[in-house]
Order: sequence, then C-alpha cells, then structure tokens
Amino acid sequence: MTNHLLSLIVFAPAVAAMLICVSLTMPMQKAARDNLARFLALAASFIALLGGLWLWVAYDGTASGLQFTERATWIRSLGIEYSVGVDGISVSMVILSTLISFVATIASMPWWKRADEHSDPAHPHFSEVKVPGYMVMLLILQTGMSGTFASLDMFLFFVFWEVMLLPMYFLIGIWGGPRKEYAAIKFFLYTLAGSVLLLLAVIALYYKSGDPVLLARLSQLNPELFRKLLSDGTLFRGPSGAVGFHLGDGSFTPHTFDMVVLARLGQAGLFDLVGPFLAGVTFAKLMWVFMFIAFAVKVPLVPLHTWLPDAHVEAPTPISVILAGVLLKMGIYGMLRFNWAILPSATSAFAALVAAFGVVNVVYAAMVCLAQRDLKKLIAYSSVSHMGFSLLGMAAMTEAGMSGAVLNLFTHGLISPMLFLIVGVIYDRAHHREIEGFGGIAQVVPEYTAVMGLAFFASLGLPGLAGFVSEFLVLNGSFMTLPWHTALAATSAIITVAYYLWTIQRMFLGSLNPKYSHLPDLNWRERLTLYPLAALTLLFGFYPNVMLSLINADLFRLLRQVKGA
Amino acid sequence: MDLLCHVRDFVLAAAEGAGEAAKHGEGAAREAALGVQAFKRVGYLWLIPFFPMVGAIVNAVVGARLQKRFGKSVVTNLAIGAMAAAFVTAAVAFVDLVGQPEHERLLVNHLWNMFTAGDVQANLTFALDPLSMMMVLIITFIGALIHVYSVGYMAEDPDTWRFFAYLNLFVFSMLLLVMGDNFVLMFFGWEGVGLCSYLLIGFWYKDIDKAKAAVKAFVTNRIGDFGFVLGLFLLFWALGGQWEKRSVIPPHESRWALADPAHLYEARAEAGTTYVADPTLSPQTPPATYAEVEKLATPEGWRPGASIATRDGGKVRVGPTLSFRELRDQIAVESTGVKNRLTGLTFFGMPLLALVGILLFVGATAKSAQIPLYVWLPDAMAGPTPVSALIHAATMVTAGVYMVARLNFLFALSTTAMTVIACTGAATALFAASIGFVQNDIKKVLAYSTVSQLGFMFIGVGVGAYWAGTYHLLTHAFFKACLFLGSGSVILGCHHEQDMRKMGGLKKYMPLTEKTYLYACIAISGFPLANGFFSKDEILWKAFDAGNNLADPALGKVIWLVGWVTALGTAFYMWRSYYLTFTGEYRGGHGAHESGDAHGHHGGLPHESPRSMTWVLAALAVGCFLTIFLGLWGPAGVEPVLERWLEPVLAPSHALVAARGAHEGPLAEWLLMAASVAVAFGGWAAARALYKDAKSTVPATLAAKYPRLHRWVLDKYYVDEAYRKTVLAAIWAGAKACDLFDRVVVDGAVNAAAAVGRFVCDVDGAIDKYLVDGAVNFVADGALGFGRALRRVQTGRLEHYLYAAVAGALAVVLLTFLVQ
Repeated sequence: MTNHLLSLIVFAPAVAAMLICVSLTMPMQKAARDNLARFLALAASFIALLGGLWLWVAYDGTASGLQFTERATWIRSLGIEYSVGVDGISVSMVILSTLISFVATIASMPWWKRADEHSDPAHPHFSEVKVPGYMVMLLILQTGMSGTFASLDMFLFFVFWEVMLLPMYFLIGIWGGPRKEYAAIKFFLYTLAGSVLLLLAVIALYYKSGDPVLLARLSQLNPELFRKLLSDGTLFRGPSGAVGFHLGDGSFTPHTFDMVVLARLGQAGLFDLVGPFLAGVTFAKLMWVFMFIAFAVKVPLVPLHTWLPDAHVEAPTPISVILAGVLLKMGIYGMLRFNWAILPSATSAFAALVAAFGVVNVVYAAMVCLAQRDLKKLIAYSSVSHMGFSLLGMAAMTEAGMSGAVLNLFTHGLISPMLFLIVGVIYDRAHHREIEGFGGIAQVVPEYTAVMGLAFFASLGLPGLAGFVSEFLVLNGSFMTLPWHTALAATSAIITVAYYLWTIQRMFLGSLNPKYSHLPDLNWRERLTLYPLAALTLLFGFYPNVMLSLINADLFRLLRQVKGA
Repeated sequence: MDLLCHVRDFVLAAAEGAGEAAKHGEGAAREAALGVQAFKRVGYLWLIPFFPMVGAIVNAVVGARLQKRFGKSVVTNLAIGAMAAAFVTAAVAFVDLVGQPEHERLLVNHLWNMFTAGDVQANLTFALDPLSMMMVLIITFIGALIHVYSVGYMAEDPDTWRFFAYLNLFVFSMLLLVMGDNFVLMFFGWEGVGLCSYLLIGFWYKDIDKAKAAVKAFVTNRIGDFGFVLGLFLLFWALGGQWEKRSVIPPHESRWALADPAHLYEARAEAGTTYVADPTLSPQTPPATYAEVEKLATPEGWRPGASIATRDGGKVRVGPTLSFRELRDQIAVESTGVKNRLTGLTFFGMPLLALVGILLFVGATAKSAQIPLYVWLPDAMAGPTPVSALIHAATMVTAGVYMVARLNFLFALSTTAMTVIACTGAATALFAASIGFVQNDIKKVLAYSTVSQLGFMFIGVGVGAYWAGTYHLLTHAFFKACLFLGSGSVILGCHHEQDMRKMGGLKKYMPLTEKTYLYACIAISGFPLANGFFSKDEILWKAFDAGNNLADPALGKVIWLVGWVTALGTAFYMWRSYYLTFTGEYRGGHGAHESGDAHGHHGGLPHESPRSMTWVLAALAVGCFLTIFLGLWGPAGVEPVLERWLEPVLAPSHALVAARGAHEGPLAEWLLMAASVAVAFGGWAAARALYKDAKSTVPATLAAKYPRLHRWVLDKYYVDEAYRKTVLAAIWAGAKACDLFDRVVVDGAVNAAAAVGRFVCDVDGAIDKYLVDGAVNFVADGALGFGRALRRVQTGRLEHYLYAAVAGALAVVLLTFLVQ
C-alpha cells in the first residue's frame, strides 16, 4: 500500500467520480441518486484523508529527498512519465489538500439542515441542486489538487493544473451566487492566461534540457560538474553517444520533463548558458517571469488579485474553503518548485522584487480589508494579505523566512477554511453578509461567536494559535536580510487586528439587532467541519514542529542551492 | 525604626536560608566575576500555569452547563481551586528556589521544542529565577484573592462561568509571560494577557461602549507589540549570524566581523573593539553539508559546536538566541566579546542597542500604559472592577516593567534607552496625575493613578534602579489592588454608582471598606507607615542619584523633581478620592437605580459588601503592611531583602549602573526622604482642607474661575480626540483610498481588458460575418441569383423557346456579319 499511497490519494476521488457517472445511467429515484453521489464523494475523500494522515505519520522528516515515489512511463516518445512523490516542500500540501477536501465535502452535505434554512424554493441551497454533478466536479477537483502537489513531471503537473481549473469553473458558475457567471469566467480566464505562459515555459525548458549545444558548453565550462551529473544519474549517455536522460523504465529520452532532473540541471547553471535575448534579457529570466506570472495569478499577487474576491463572494461555501485553503497555495508552491528550484540564479536576481510584491500584498490587502462591508470579501482580501507573508519569507533567503513561508501555506490552509465556513454559517441563516447588517448576535449564538473568535484571532496572529508561528518565522527570517520591508509588512499586524476586531464589534457586540433574536447556533454539520480545524489550529500554535520537522530539511537544501547560484 | 529593622533581619534570614546568609558577606557575591548562569532542572514548573489553564478550559467548555445544573459555586470553586493549586505549587517552587545557592537560583523546566528554523528556536520551557518567582507569587496570590472577591462581586451576573474562565485564562497567560524562558513564550503571554484584557474589558459586551473600549485596548497593545517584535528582531540581527556555523551566514555577517580573525572569539575586555569587513566570512565560503549543520543541534537546544570557552572554563553559546538565559550569558560573560560587539554595532547609522532598547520599550509603553500609548487604560475601566484590580493594576500592566527588569543586562548597556525610559516614565507620571486631580469617576481616578504609578516604576527601571522599580511594582500590586477592590466594594454598595459626587459619608455604611481604603491611601501617598513610601522614595532617590546613567547627569535631578511634584499630586488626588467618598453626608439619590438593580431591597442606602469581599480587602491591607519588610532600607547601608533577593538577576547590570551613579552622600538621601514625607503630608493636608466632609467651596470656585482649564483637564487634554482626528482618520482615509483604487483602477483595468477583448472579438466577429462570410455569401448569392434569373427563362412554353431560337440564330448571323 505504501508504494502506491500517493496514487491512492490522487485517484480515489477520480474513481468515485466515475462511479457517480456510472450511477447516472442506472434507473434510480432522484433522492437515492443524490444520496449515492454524496456517499461516494464522502467515502472517497475520507479514503484520501486517511491516506494523507498516513503520509503524515509515515513521512520521514529526518531523511531529506523524495519519498513515496512512483514512476511509470506514460508517453515514451516525448519522455513523459507518470511520476509522483513528495518531499519537504510538497508533503504538507498533499496532507493539507486531503484534509481540506474532506472538510469541504462534509460542508457540501445537507445534513442537520433546519426547516427554515432553505425556505425559498426559487433559490434552493447549493447542496440540493444537481447533486451528482456537483459531487463529480468536487471529486475531480480533489484529484487535480493532490495531483498537482504530488507531480514530479512537468507535463503531469500541467495536466493536473488544468484538470483542477475546469471543475472550479463549473462549481462557481453553476452552484454560485448571483454574479456567478461573471466570477466564474473571470477566474477561468485569469488562470488560463497564466497557464498559457506556464505552458510556454514548460515546453521551452523541456527543449533546452536536452539541447546538445548547451550540454556541450556546460561540459566545457565545468567538466567536473558535468561528470558529476553523469555519474549521479541526472544525465545519461545515449546509444548514439548523445547526452540525454533515462526514463523510469530505463529507456533513453533526449529531453526531459522530470522536475527533479530539471532542478539539478538548473542548479548546475544549464539554463543560464542560453544566450541573452533582446536587451540582455536572458532565457532564464524570461522563463522565470513567465512562470512567475502564471503562479502569481494563483497566489494571488497584487495587482493580479481581483478575481479572488469575486470568485469567493460568488462561490458556495465549500468551494471557497477549497479555494482559500488549497488553491491559493499552488501559486507559492509552484514558485518554489519551478522558479526557485529550476532557475535559482534568476530567483536571486528577482528576490528583491518578489519581496517588494510580498510587502505590497500584505499591507495593501490589509488596508482594503479595513474598508470592506461584505464579510466574505473581507476574508477574501485577508487571504491576499496573508499570502504576501509567504512571498516575503521566501524572498528573504533565510532559513526562518523559508520555513515560515511554507508553514504559512499550511497554517493559512487551516485558518482560512475556518473563516469561510464561518461566513457560510451566517449566510445560510441570514441570507446576507453585510457586516453592518448584524449587531449583538453574540447573545444568541454564543458557540458560533466562540469559534468565530478563535478563527479571527488565529488569523490575526495571536500567539498560541497557528497563524502566529508562521508569521513570526517569516518576519524574523526576513528581518535579517530585508529589515525595512519587514518593518513595513509588520504594520499589517496592527491593521489586521483593527479590521477583525472592528468586524467582531459590529457584528457580534453591542445591543442585539431584533431581526436576529432567533438566530440558531451551530448545527452538527458545522461543528464537524469547524472543530477539527480549530483543534489543529491550537495544536500548531503550541507545537508547530509536528509539521516543521517534515518540511525544514528539504527547504533548507533548496535555500542553499538558490543562495549558491 | 529599630524594631522594624529587626523584623527585616528576621525576614531576610528566612528568605536567604540560614546557611546562605552567613556564607555571603555584604555584597561579597557581587564582586565575583560573572559566570554562566547555573540552573537546576525541575519537572514541575509547568503545573503552575497548567492549573489555571485547566480551570479556564473546563469553565469555557462546560461551565455554562455546570452552572445551570449545579449552581454558580461549582464554577467559582473550580476557578478558585485552580488558583489555589497554582499558588501552592508556586510556593513549593519558592522553597526549592530558596534552597539553591544564591547565584544558582534558576529553575528550568523544559517541555518541548515548539519550533526551530535555522537560528530561530523557541522552546516551551518554563524558568523561575528570583524575579519571575516574585512575579509568580504576586500573580497567584493576589490573583487568588481577587478570584475570591469576584464571587461576591459577580454574584448577580448570569455569566459567572464565562467571567471565571476568562480570569483563569488571564492568569495562565500572565504566568506564561513571566515564566517563559524565551522571548517567544513571553510574547505568548504578552499577547495572551492582551486577549484576556480584551475579553474582560468587553465582558459586558451588550454595551457597545464597553466593546469599543475593549477593541481600543487590544489595538493599542498591538501597536506596542509591533515595536516590541521589531526590537526583538533587531537584537536577533545584532547577535547575528552563526559565529561558528559558517555555512549559512547572513549577509550582514559577511560585512561585519571582528577585526582580528586570528583571535576571533577570544577575550576582548577592552572597549572600542572595531569591526571590519572579513573576507573569510564572505558568502562564497563553500557551505558545509547539511548533515554537519544539523549535527550541531541537540534536543536540549544547546549547540555544543557553537559554544565558546569562558575564562573560568565554562561554556557559553554565542549567537542569535531567543532564550533569556543564553542572551544573559553571552552578554554578561565578558570574555565572549558580545557586549562590546553589541555596543559597537550600528543599524543604518543609529546606535543599535539604543534602538533595540527603545523598540522594546515601545512594547512596554502600550502594555504598561505610558505616553503615548496610555490611552487605552482609562477606557479599560469599562470592565468589571475585579478585572481592573487584577489586570489593569496589579499584574498585566506591570508586564512592561517586568520586561525591562528581565532584560536589565541589555537596557543598562545603552544610556540613551535608559534616558528615554526614565523620561517617558516621569512625563507619564506627572501627566496622568494631573488628570487624576479632577476626575469624578472613582475608577477613572484610580486608572490615572495607575498610569502615574507605572510611570514611577519606569523611572526606577529607567535610571538603573531595577530592584526599586520592581519593588514599586510589588507594593503597587498590593495597594492598588486594595484600592480598586475597595472602589469595587463602594460601587457595589452604592448600587453601581461610580461618580464620587454621588457618594460621600460611606464611612458609616461600609466601615471595613473604609479602613482598608484609608490604609491603601496611606500606602500610595507615601506616608512612612506603609509599603508605598519605601518603594517610591527609593525610586526618587535613585533618580536623583542617577548621574551618568542618563544622557545628562542633570537629568536625574529633573526627574527627581518631576517625581517629587507627582508624589505631591498623588497624595492629593488619592486623599481627595478618600474624602469625597467616605466623609460627609451620603449624596446618592435614594433608590435612584433601583429599577434595574437587584439591590433594591436595601432601600437604596449604601451597604457593606459581603465578607468574601471585605476580607480580601483586609488581606490586601495586611499585605501592604507586611511588604514593608521586603524593602525596608536605610541610608546607612542597610540592604533591603528584596534587593538581595533580586541580586542574582540584576547582577549583570549592577556594576555598570553603580559605576555610572552620581554617589550623593547619605545627607542628601536623608533630605530627600524628608522632602518625600513632606509632600505626602502636604498633599494630604490640601485634600483634607478642600474635600473633607464636602464643606469647602474652594474646588467649585476654582473650577468656575478657570472653566476652560478645568474642562481641558477633565477631558484628558483631548488626547483621544487628537488621535482620532489624526492617526485614525489617516488610516481610515488610506483604507478607503486603497479600496477605491482596488475597485476602480485594478479591477477596472481587468474589466477594461475584458471589454477590449470583447470589442476585438466583436470586430473580429463583424469582419467574419460581413467581410469574410460576406464574400462567401456574395459568391453563393450571385450563383443563386443567376440561377433564379435563369429559371425564368425556362418557362416550359414551346413558343418562348422558338422565339429564343430565332433570336439566337439572328444574333449569330449578326455577330458573324459584324466580325467580318
């Protein structure tokens, strides 16, 4: 089982999606069909979650390098493989995506709904509409997410990346709010525009990887390194004497999509040997920019961020949960995997710029939060703000900054789903999200208020909760090299407190708005989704080492390679 | 005085342990060279914060149900039990600590490593040294008393469980703050107490003003935390780099290294060590393998590879650290050279240590309510009165003072930072006292008094008199808790009335409250009958004697003068509050508040509070007396118990501060003491003349004569309004601008791009439709039209065909003829 753990995690949801499709061909009552789809989705994401937890337990943090690898040749003529595996950078993300997917699946269930919850038959709750289709989309999305994080082959990565995009489009566009079409198309086009650049870069890197002229120059310039690359299995001499690569099954290929091999070549400086284009822009820098833009859309980087608030506002709660919890992380993850690992020299050159972007993200988005009236939009912008910390941390080129950046992905992946679930709770009851439209509801929903408080305080970085650790590490690490950037970014800690506490004050404190004197408190479905996340937030507040010990070794290695470039 | 000295000796002997007192002659230990802080590993310190934590969790999770099912006494007893258990454990730790040799008094309890990333290593480790021991005893003892008091005070509140859960959570956080052995754990507590303060100020959250006060407190504290964290990072940066681990050298370390690489880390006692660029530490140095780096880290957090030898054979780890002990060791042990390195470093042209000290102190100004971030504390009086006593007087607000004392070895290195602290303290003390003169709300008077007294503490720790500042912290904890709880008792007795103008004559109705309040007033105003005199006078004397500890030796005298005037003010406004409240005739409206008040059955007259409250008051008053003996001092070289007790903690800064002092003679000290006593009596006499029995008309006349001045002071110099109009307005405008920019410019650009895209597509579509497709259709239409035209020809009538044939033949003939 351990040999195919990642495949299990990735494809269990896809199998369930297929089963649901099969069930559609069978004659069944609508209710039975809906329930079957729900059950299959829940079962598959639970299996994936178990896989994720097993991965957490079984992953050896002391041994650096790839673990749980699987390789199989897919398209031999192009050297494309089905190659998956996790290292310190991706392991936390795979675990996170299984966890958040499961939470989102529970949140998609109509369980314990109250009679008055979906009173309007003209606007039924998303969990009751076209259920099999919804579940199929959700499951494909899950496959796409864990696949993206587990891929070690650039082509496979790109396939999963795109696989993820389509269900997201439909989930927002069909099950979303009033402006769902606008939001869905905006999300789709924005990401797709980035993907095109990514595809260009992927193909370019593929062809340059086996460029005989480049390889010859490398062997001339640094014969020792070249010999090392030959001996450690990065490069192979083919049957005709040409230098190329081996696939997993031992066959020869002149070019490679293998991300690990590409990273080694990149760190050896292969891509820096391509001559400059126009005006001194080198190949490496151009590819770096292409990939950076592609991933920056996902982060999202200000000013490429405006799709996010729209998508969040229109998406149904579980989709927002996935969007904030997992999808945003792919931007940072992709940057580390591609920009940082494959093009370290360009990364060094652009690090200051990335840091500046990170600071803008942090401060600008926090300022925008302060002016929001829609609770969900506020949370969406706070995500933009928090992702900026990761950019700052990884651009600082220090161990603490790097650790903090990746841990921030995980902790934000725990906290922001909680925040969106909290928004969902109030939206399901009040059918609006205007902050000013509430008032004093702490009196009627104490449990909800308590959980909300925990999530808000976790997000504003209260020590003892997960958000603090990553923020502290990022700021501490980045201060060592970028003191002024850090000082500026740290001001957001004040703004963040201001907008969260102000929101609490306006919604929950003061005299009760009589409209909501009968607001029901949390139900068990909501508890099932919120409490595990809350517990993890506390655990990571006091003992973040359970995750840091998995990610640090590989991150520091990556850091040294980038700094050595 | 003689008798008191005997009692003092007795207490001293008890605190020292019999053998210890004999072993150490006066000041003998101080002469010894500072070594590595020795410590004792113990396994039980975690229990001290654990009990309140459990109490908080249980009450938070099932408290509501417990209270409903079994009544309030279960939840209150649970909380009080947790406090008692914490206090008993703390007492055990105290005994353990006393049993250690004087300079090995440090108990360490390592639980686990919270996170490690490079140099940033934070352990969940508790430590108790004499300073934190003192704090723990204050917190658990006064905390437990205030828990008991709260039972009576909150008797009518339906949310008792929530109140006690918050209180326990507060104590837990406060214990983390003082027991943490590193900055991170201290910061856990630092922000944790901020959270609890937020929760408790806004305890009656249905009142939006109280909720707003809570938000204000937390946000203001965050501003301070911003400074604190930056100070910490700057210090971390300065300790910079991995002196032994050359593999991952931060860029600044590649620029700065000790001038003499051959003796890189040898003893450098002489001042003025210079730093030059060191080629051997450039980033080009080939990195060590990861395994090598990892080898240095051991589970206990010590990195043997990074330790360097001291003169006496011990080992000191140098380099960036978050641990207080490691920081103290590398700065205190001269042979590491860290002290000189730090004093020599600059950050963008600014002396680094001054910057670190000031930034850390910014954190203290928020937490301990100093100018300019004091504004939240007066508003914090919106919380229940026991909260004001525990959090906003006795414990949390003193965290800043504790932090400065804890880092005395650091602050003492920079006279600039010391000057800033002392001057801020003095300014705050005077400023807040002046507002206290005219306030009518009894809690507001006490709040401004607290701000003012905290200013005194900062004068103390600012001029290097760490023990005196800390002693004032301790005495203040007792007398101010007693005053606040006394005011709470009064407020409860007067049916939730806080305005002193509606009190008066309460002596008759609340005899025990009156007596304790009287004694606490004696303490705070500095009569030499209670603890306040001893601590305040020591601070003033040390300020006078500060000499070169401040940027200018004359500054110490100025600060003394400010403090002296403030002491006069303190005596005045405290006695004013006493006379307004307890003497004269009761001025409250009879039964005015009966409607919403469960006390209605008392017929509206004030009444004494239940015994659970008054006995707490009595206990605190007794504490005010007993704590005299901790700080009893005399100019003739009599050493106070507390100074001796804290000596191991303060030793690293002791010699430095003492060397810079002005060393005024004992005559000056006696004179100043007399002056202190004089102002105490002066303030009392003035207040008595003006406010006793509410007979004098002078206050009203004065207020009427200078209405604008009176209004100005009464409205706290409009500082809040100024902040609102400047800082808050600017932030709000910025937020609005960013939001507008986001919607109009950024999203506008996206939508414009989309519109352009659609326009291009439309044009494209139009071209496709009309030009390309048009051409195709034209051809098709042409063929079709031609066919249609041709169809007409085919009529099917023979004569038409015949005409056509004849016409054709004719045409052919004609054509042939023409061509030829």
